[in-house]
Amino acid sequence: MSGKTITFRVRRFTPGVDPTPRWQDYRIEALPGMTVLDGLWKIKETAEPGLAWRYSCRMGICGSCGMMINGRPCLACNTQIAELGSELVTVAPLPNFDILRDLVPDLQSMFAAHRNLAPWIIREDGRETEDPTVEYWQSPHELEQYLQFSYCIKCGCCMAACPTLAADPTYSGPQPLAQAHRYNTDTRDAGFGARRAVLSGEAGPWGCHFAGECSQVCPKGVDPARAIQLMKRQLVLDLLHLRRGHAPAPLISIPKEVRRRDGVTDAPPRTVRT
Amino acid sequence: MKERGLWFLFLVAGLVVLPLLAVHMAVMHLDGTLAVGNPSGGHPIDWANVMARGRSMAFALTYPLLLGAALFHGFYGLRSILFELGPAAGIKKAISLLLLLAGLTLFVYGSWAAITAHQLALRGTP
Repeated sequence: MSGKTITFRVRRFTPGVDPTPRWQDYRIEALPGMTVLDGLWKIKETAEPGLAWRYSCRMGICGSCGMMINGRPCLACNTQIAELGSELVTVAPLPNFDILRDLVPDLQSMFAAHRNLAPWIIREDGRETEDPTVEYWQSPHELEQYLQFSYCIKCGCCMAACPTLAADPTYSGPQPLAQAHRYNTDTRDAGFGARRAVLSGEAGPWGCHFAGECSQVCPKGVDPARAIQLMKRQLVLDLLHLRRGHAPAPLISIPKEVRRRDGVTDAPPRTVRT
Repeated sequence: MKERGLWFLFLVAGLVVLPLLAVHMAVMHLDGTLAVGNPSGGHPIDWANVMARGRSMAFALTYPLLLGAALFHGFYGLRSILFELGPAAGIKKAISLLLLLAGLTLFVYGSWAAITAHQLALRGTP
């Protein structure tokens, strides 16, 4: 199978060695079905063994290979070279992050902002959360309220596309805010009050201009811009004491008349101890 | 006040400005077309027209209201723009304080002018 020879223009930078980032061109043969990630591998194997980027699953699940491809934040594993429709493919690290090396952004700022907004289920019956005995009851409709926001893979593409974050580092950014909304909306959660202190301040959603780029570039179809607007509404209603909260989802009762089918073994013992 | 409260007031101020600005435009800038609020004819800021509007309690109340809402809405927007230039936390506080003082000064001065015009109009002083 023969392909087309194209140019990969890759942003190179090694902190402490290079004074500034620079572009470097590589010519490779792009075969049908080849992704940008495959192209980077081809370069690494044939021309530049020192080229650095981050990747893991190669199927758009892990969120490791977020990078700027032809000026747009994308997952390299999810982007076919052919679909770019260009003989020049520019690849650069995600903006709005420090660069660790070449195409590897330092995502610590995103993870710190994410952690700051407590993206986990907060309940009073913490013991049950940590060591569940049964399940929480949640209707399909309640699930729908946050389901799409739970598809986030923390690739950082939305953060790279956000014009507010580019200018204001105190703003949490679309990924952490969308995840805060995801948990605020989850009926199993009762942590709105705990997150409110951060969300009401400068790190909250107030700097969002609703450019909507975060939603445009999300490779998983999450709509962080929508989450941010919905969160603004919830926070303002809360300010006016008009917010209708939800009672934490109740525990379902243990079914008594259900018998395990023959041949179905017990669940294996837990591997994580609390 | 936290950002949440300021942002909410920003929205409220915008809603207040919208109808009052329409009235302001109609009276002050579309006088040749709509001819409202200027009973003496001529220019909207002719003395007779100013006094005629000054006698109206509605104008006396809505002038400071429009002024306050427009100042808050505008200065909050300006503050947001300045904050996006990435100043340090201390500079941010200084910007907020400066804009608050400027806004209050302009509001007091503008309201004083509106109230004075109202009093003059009621007294009938030329």
